[in-house]
Amino acid sequence: MTIIWIITRRELKSFFDSLLAYIFIIAFLGFTGLLTWIIGRTVFMMQEASLQQFFGVAYWSLFFFIPALAMKLLAEERGNGTLELILTKPVSDIQLVSGKFLAILILVLLSLVLTLPYYITVAKIGPIDHGATIMGYLGLILMSGAYISIGVFASSLTNNQIVAFLLALFIGIFFHLLFGFISQYFPGFIGNTLSYLSLSNHYESIIRGVVDTKDLIYFLSIIALGLFGAEQVIAKRNITN
Amino acid sequence: MDIQVENITKRFGYQKAVDNVSFQVKTGEILGFLGPNGAGKSTTMRAITCYLSPNEGDIKVGGYSIHEYPEKIKKIIGYLPESNPLYQDMPVIDHLKFIASLHGIEKSKIIPRIQEMVKTCGLEGEKHKKIRELSRGYKQRVGLAQALIHDPQVLVLDEPTSGLDPNQIIEIRELIREIGREKTVLLSSHILAEVEATCDRILIINKGKIVADGTSSDLRKKAQNKEILRVTIEEAEKNTIYKALQALPNTDLVDIISQSGNTFEVQSKPNMSLRKDVFKLCVDKGWILTELTPTETKLEDVFRELTMN
Repeated sequence: MTIIWIITRRELKSFFDSLLAYIFIIAFLGFTGLLTWIIGRTVFMMQEASLQQFFGVAYWSLFFFIPALAMKLLAEERGNGTLELILTKPVSDIQLVSGKFLAILILVLLSLVLTLPYYITVAKIGPIDHGATIMGYLGLILMSGAYISIGVFASSLTNNQIVAFLLALFIGIFFHLLFGFISQYFPGFIGNTLSYLSLSNHYESIIRGVVDTKDLIYFLSIIALGLFGAEQVIAKRNITN
Repeated sequence: MDIQVENITKRFGYQKAVDNVSFQVKTGEILGFLGPNGAGKSTTMRAITCYLSPNEGDIKVGGYSIHEYPEKIKKIIGYLPESNPLYQDMPVIDHLKFIASLHGIEKSKIIPRIQEMVKTCGLEGEKHKKIRELSRGYKQRVGLAQALIHDPQVLVLDEPTSGLDPNQIIEIRELIREIGREKTVLLSSHILAEVEATCDRILIINKGKIVADGTSSDLRKKAQNKEILRVTIEEAEKNTIYKALQALPNTDLVDIISQSGNTFEVQSKPNMSLRKDVFKLCVDKGWILTELTPTETKLEDVFRELTMN
């Protein structure tokens, strides 16, 4: 565990040193802030003390931001050859992959914590449904976990960060949109399977305030699968130089 | 702690990078790993450091097999990879701290240990700079410092002195020799003089196979069945001498060395001697022999002979 934490800490430090972390947080807060409070269907127009609008915006902005954060995780190490440096230290493949995963998760958690003033403000305006709001945050965290895991996997496949970014988006869009969309056209078993694979269905059922173990298992298995896949790819050590 | 490499084979696709290689490095020994580019040196080192897993065979470091206890072996080994990869954005001190904490060095001991390494590797003036800003030689020193930081029992260095200036090379060689007294060191190089100066034993590898194994004098003896003489003869015409030397029954090859003087390099046929013949020839013809020096076979020649085919 300490090894994972050492890797996470280094990764986080490099995010803050390179300003990437600040850019992400500012962009995320700016984007969600604008669309929650100022532009479009804002909280005030809803005539209801609820953060549904915020959750909707965060759901999409995290979908795009996370691949951008995750793209460098392993692709950069592969490209620079530092993968050899770190994996010849007492670090196992899965510890490296988990450490990287955790770094982005912490970054996302931090930016979600910074949106707590939204929650407090809305709670002051009117009677907010605390349960639904907490579920909303839980949904965002689980969804982020899934996309970070996919991002780590995409990043393990290539030395090129842009390729890793696009690949993560490409895999992500299936879970985010396409599975749910296609499932409507297939009846029966195929349709049910596709609809179960759709991340948005599980996300929506969570933010409605119902936590089913089925949803939890879904998110956790995507996270596990992504990390396991990344570990397998790293274990193969496709040496290019 | 010994390194025991037992019949390892590593394939990349159809190509065998390392082909059934076995050798041993004992505690207190410095083994030099020589070979042309692409001979399989780095692949072997990567297998020893548990980065690559060989297709066949086993490696034991301090009795631990790479297949069963990679985490234990990684703790024992200090490794400097070939291209010396480092986190370019990190300051030297932070990088060393990071590596030290990965090795599980106690928090209170990390700082004094880093100060020691900074001193040993001559990084005093550069320790707060980012690695990206360092020159190649300083980067190499950081690479060495990170390999040595946990006081490893086994040291695997892939071309440790590349990019260093001559003074630094001598310092690093001395450092390696000092470490090698108590510990096990395996270093690769393509600078023969370096291996000769630093190592107790030399291993030459070519096309994935070991072609020679022994001390540098052992290897030299192997190739020394031919006698090479440097001969200077005065008071005669160059071409006449050349033809006369060539005509000697034991001569294999004559080379004209200098264009101005009459200096030649004469190589004998295997296991033959030429010195007497050359002297007699001069006496018979009435030439003046001003130089007759046997040339020692250089490690370069041994290396060339073993790896060029």
